[in-house]
Amino acid sequence: MAILVVADHDRGMLAPSTARVVSAAAALGAPVDVLVAGEGAEIVARAAASLNGIARVRLADAAALRAQPAETLTPLLLRLAGDYTHIVLSAGAVGRDVAPRLAAKLGLMPVTDIIAILGPDRFERPIYAGNAIQTVHAPQPFQVLTVRASAFRPAGSAATSASVEPLEPEGLPALVRQLSEARTEGDRPDLATARIVVAGGISVGSAEGFKMIEALARALGAAVGATRAAVDAGYAPNDWQVGQTGKIVAPDLYIGIGISGALQHLAGIQGARRIIAINTDPEAPLMKLADYALVGDLFEIVPLLTARIEATQG
Amino acid sequence: MKILVAVKRVVDHTVRIRVRADETGVDTANVRFSMNPFCKHAVEAAVALAEAGHSSEIVVVSIGPRQATDVILTGLAMGAHRGLLVEAPETLETLAIARLLAAIVAEEAPDLVLLGKQAVDDDSNHVGQMLAGLLDWPQACFASAIARTEEGLEVTRERDFGQDTVALALPAVVTADLRLNTPRNTALPMVMKARQKPLETRPAESYGLDLAPRLTIEKVTAPPERAAGQRVADADALAAIIVRERAELELN
Ligand SMILES: Cc1cc2nc3c(=O)[nH]c(=O)nc-3n(C[C@H](O)[C@H](O)[C@H](O)COP(=O)(O)OP(=O)(O)OC[C@H]3O[C@@H](n4cnc5c(N)ncnc54)[C@H](O)[C@@H]3O)c2cc1C
Ligand SMILES: Nc1ncnc2c1ncn2[C@@H]1O[C@H](COP(=O)(O)O)[C@@H](O)[C@H]1O
Repeated sequence: MAILVVADHDRGMLAPSTARVVSAAAALGAPVDVLVAGEGAEIVARAAASLNGIARVRLADAAALRAQPAETLTPLLLRLAGDYTHIVLSAGAVGRDVAPRLAAKLGLMPVTDIIAILGPDRFERPIYAGNAIQTVHAPQPFQVLTVRASAFRPAGSAATSASVEPLEPEGLPALVRQLSEARTEGDRPDLATARIVVAGGISVGSAEGFKMIEALARALGAAVGATRAAVDAGYAPNDWQVGQTGKIVAPDLYIGIGISGALQHLAGIQGARRIIAINTDPEAPLMKLADYALVGDLFEIVPLLTARIEATQG
Repeated sequence: MKILVAVKRVVDHTVRIRVRADETGVDTANVRFSMNPFCKHAVEAAVALAEAGHSSEIVVVSIGPRQATDVILTGLAMGAHRGLLVEAPETLETLAIARLLAAIVAEEAPDLVLLGKQAVDDDSNHVGQMLAGLLDWPQACFASAIARTEEGLEVTRERDFGQDTVALALPAVVTADLRLNTPRNTALPMVMKARQKPLETRPAESYGLDLAPRLTIEKVTAPPERAAGQRVADADALAAIIVRERAELELN
């Protein structure tokens, strides 16, 4: 049998999470196919086909799949399920939307937000905002899984591309109509898979203040993150939120600026290799957790840091 | 329209939990429990729809031990009209919860089911999607705005790229994110009034469903501890550390 990975993509680009989900799926011990479902997703399919370790790409191209709605993806995946033992998605917005709906249809328990694969039916996943880790045994005939992409290394590119096989995605239901999208435009790398993340808290004080955080991020080639408090205050867009309810990051370097380190925020950064914190309060939880902590006013420190780092790259 | 709201009793989100030394689970003895925060936003959304004249009946349901009555009372104090406690062990899996809710939907025939997007104990983020699947209803998950329209609802959802807005017909399932609204505080008179509202209790077995667990939890462990860190003297020293860390990254 084989494993089906559902690719993440947006606006004609394969998302960086997919290479990581493919490498996680490879640990399940069977050949991996990748499904690309969308509209006009030919380029995405070719990008997926160049990932190392996959048998083939299946392309479902249909107008009804444009926004990847769960109500349309689920029946498509049900049609394909017979060819597989596992369907694996990333634990991003689409995966979280689809996996439980699909599992319920199959009378199964989905296993979601997996951070380690111990075997084809044994997984680790965090609970209580990452303050505990469950080892789950899932003796089910079929598995629907989502994996936390940041917990896995990306698959490399293959010497020769896999084949792309078109499906005929006809007669799929469409129960929900997308009216509009509000996107955060920017040139920063993908937050969920970035190697460096610079994040700001409520004390950054304004959207203008976040420009200063972005400038430091730009100097470092980093993604920008924010706390829920900063997002709720309107200083940062919602897709920058890091934490239990936002994005989970696992960068090599995380720089938290004016962030207290509430447990719901820490839930999002547990996988970070090195943590740097800047805060006026040396007792803030993030300061105590950090590998390097600098006590001081962010408004003085951040511009200095940015200038120093820009100077080193000439 | 008639709204069903599902609310879960969980360890209060401010409690710092401890993993049991024998790795069998999380120690929940003598800790504070309360309504899952996301469920509060779901109840608030239902009450706001009623106040805007879009709903005349809100039923709050919770599945769990007898103590879950407390979170139903919270929902009633916030403005729901009627409560249902489905008595069941605390350990039911999300598939079992979704099956029970589907049976309740069959009896109650609501136009809208509102849930929280996730329960902060197991952080599953399953039940709304599973319920919608079992019912073959449209789902709008991770909602940060809900508007009633002629054809049904317009819901703004939190996505990886930002937000989008979708239109869906009723009946439908919507799960609440934290930015949906600000849940009201319940003043004492509301709490007193809640005790007068109808609250039915039924055992889970009475629904005649397969609620058997599919998974076994082999162990629960604490996450690895981080090594102790160090205090940095000033911005110059920190800049040097960042430059060094980044150079190391480029080598890897
Ligand atoms: C169910 C639930 C889910 C949640 N999910 C998330 C989530 O996903 N992500 C998330 O982030 N939060 C989440 N939260 C919110 C979380 O509990 C905290 O409220 C939030 O993380 C706090 O953000 P903050 O650190 O920006 O603000 P605060 O906690 O107010 O901290 C501000 C910090 O800035 C410092 N400071 C002030 N001035 C300066 C200065 N000039 N220079 C340097 N430092 C300064 C202060 O000392 C303080 O430590 C959630 C909460 C709940 C209930
Ligand atoms: N035992 C329960 N009783 C009532 N509602 C529940 C229960 N468990 C989960 N839910 C609902 O489903 C939502 C998502 O929970 P979960 O999928 O467990 O993360 C919660 O916010 C509740 O609205």
